[in-house]
Amino acid sequence: MRIAFTAADRHPETTLDPRFGRAPFFLIYDTDTADWTSLGNPAVESLQGAGTQAAEALVRAGVAALVTGQCGPKAHRALTAAGIEVYTSTEGTVVGSLAAFAAGRLSTIQAGQQGGTGRPHSGGGREGQTR
Amino acid sequence: MRIAIASGKGGTGKTTVSVHLAWALAQHHPVQYVDCDVEEPNGHLFLKPEIETQTPVSMPVPQVNPDLCTHCGECSAICAFGAIVATPSLTLTFPELCHGCGGCSQVCPTGAISEVDRTTGVVETGYALAGEPGTGQVAISFLQGRLHVGEAMSPPVIRALKSHIDPDALAILDLPPGTSCPATTALRGVDRALLVAEPTPFGLHDLTLAVEMVRTLGIPFAVVVNRAGLGDNRVEEFCAREGIPIWARLPHDRRVAEAYARGQLRAVPAEIQETLAELAQRLLTEVRP
Repeated sequence: MRIAFTAADRHPETTLDPRFGRAPFFLIYDTDTADWTSLGNPAVESLQGAGTQAAEALVRAGVAALVTGQCGPKAHRALTAAGIEVYTSTEGTVVGSLAAFAAGRLSTIQAGQQGGTGRPHSGGGREGQTR
Repeated sequence: MRIAIASGKGGTGKTTVSVHLAWALAQHHPVQYVDCDVEEPNGHLFLKPEIETQTPVSMPVPQVNPDLCTHCGECSAICAFGAIVATPSLTLTFPELCHGCGGCSQVCPTGAISEVDRTTGVVETGYALAGEPGTGQVAISFLQGRLHVGEAMSPPVIRALKSHIDPDALAILDLPPGTSCPATTALRGVDRALLVAEPTPFGLHDLTLAVEMVRTLGIPFAVVVNRAGLGDNRVEEFCAREGIPIWARLPHDRRVAEAYARGQLRAVPAEIQETLAELAQRLLTEVRP
């Protein structure tokens, strides 16, 4: 089973990024081999739709679970459509979150409970005022 | 002839200038007031129009036929906006992220994607009255677009709104703030832009961006300094240095803010109304399509 974590850097001791679509890296732990691999988030600089694009990257990476802080409703819909379970962790680090996951201490985020950490669409959002 | 009232910064006085200009111009020429700030149109608060027509605005979004889709992912690969996601068993669409380009339906190898219309806003038209009651009122043609709450894409609504502009009328376009897609969509095709700016460091920063925008689009422009007397002299110095004409200076006056807060047109002090009437005359004499 492959588990993805949103990460601030490429090593497992790094901070668990509480954002999903805008996390710079995904660290993927394989429970069969106990190996870590890292994946740059292709959506990190997207003008919009970062959540759905990051979700598709994880679908392609073939993970069965995601551990993050929060994820928005659109990303959640894409992840769950692909059968990826989404867990929320308040552990500070990726390794800490893995330990919490292994101990069964993490709960899943269900549809309707998502937070959403993306920024508004830069072209259409009122953010456009300052650009 | 189309005149855009624009600003880099929000809240500089675009609507105050626009509605008073429309009012003053209407005494001389048929005028259309066009509220292009479709995310937060507010000109209606001052002109208090009768709305006569409402036309929905829609844009094409993809619909996936699950019987034909092989989940190959060609559609999501071409989408720059994350509006379509292919998973091994399901291809999902996110219409609220879609820009309506149609790329996904073009690249789909099995013809599984068709385009369906999705309503994102409305264009409303009507009229407002200008002139003092009893002494011959004239009608201002009133147009506004409204983007539905929760929608992110205002340009399609702005384009639909602009298609309702009468080419023979004198159109005052009250723009959305900023220099991104909503503002540039509204600006295209105008004959002159008036950039409303506050004489503050923040005002100068955003005026600089707005100047860059209108220069890039090749639109002749002038500046209207609003709340003159506030802040510092750097907007004036910037305009002098850049050779940008300042066509009006509206003094900072608490009574303008009070009138605005009450949604009152023509309640601003007489000398400011006079300055705006002079600006209207200048537009009539100096701007030609």
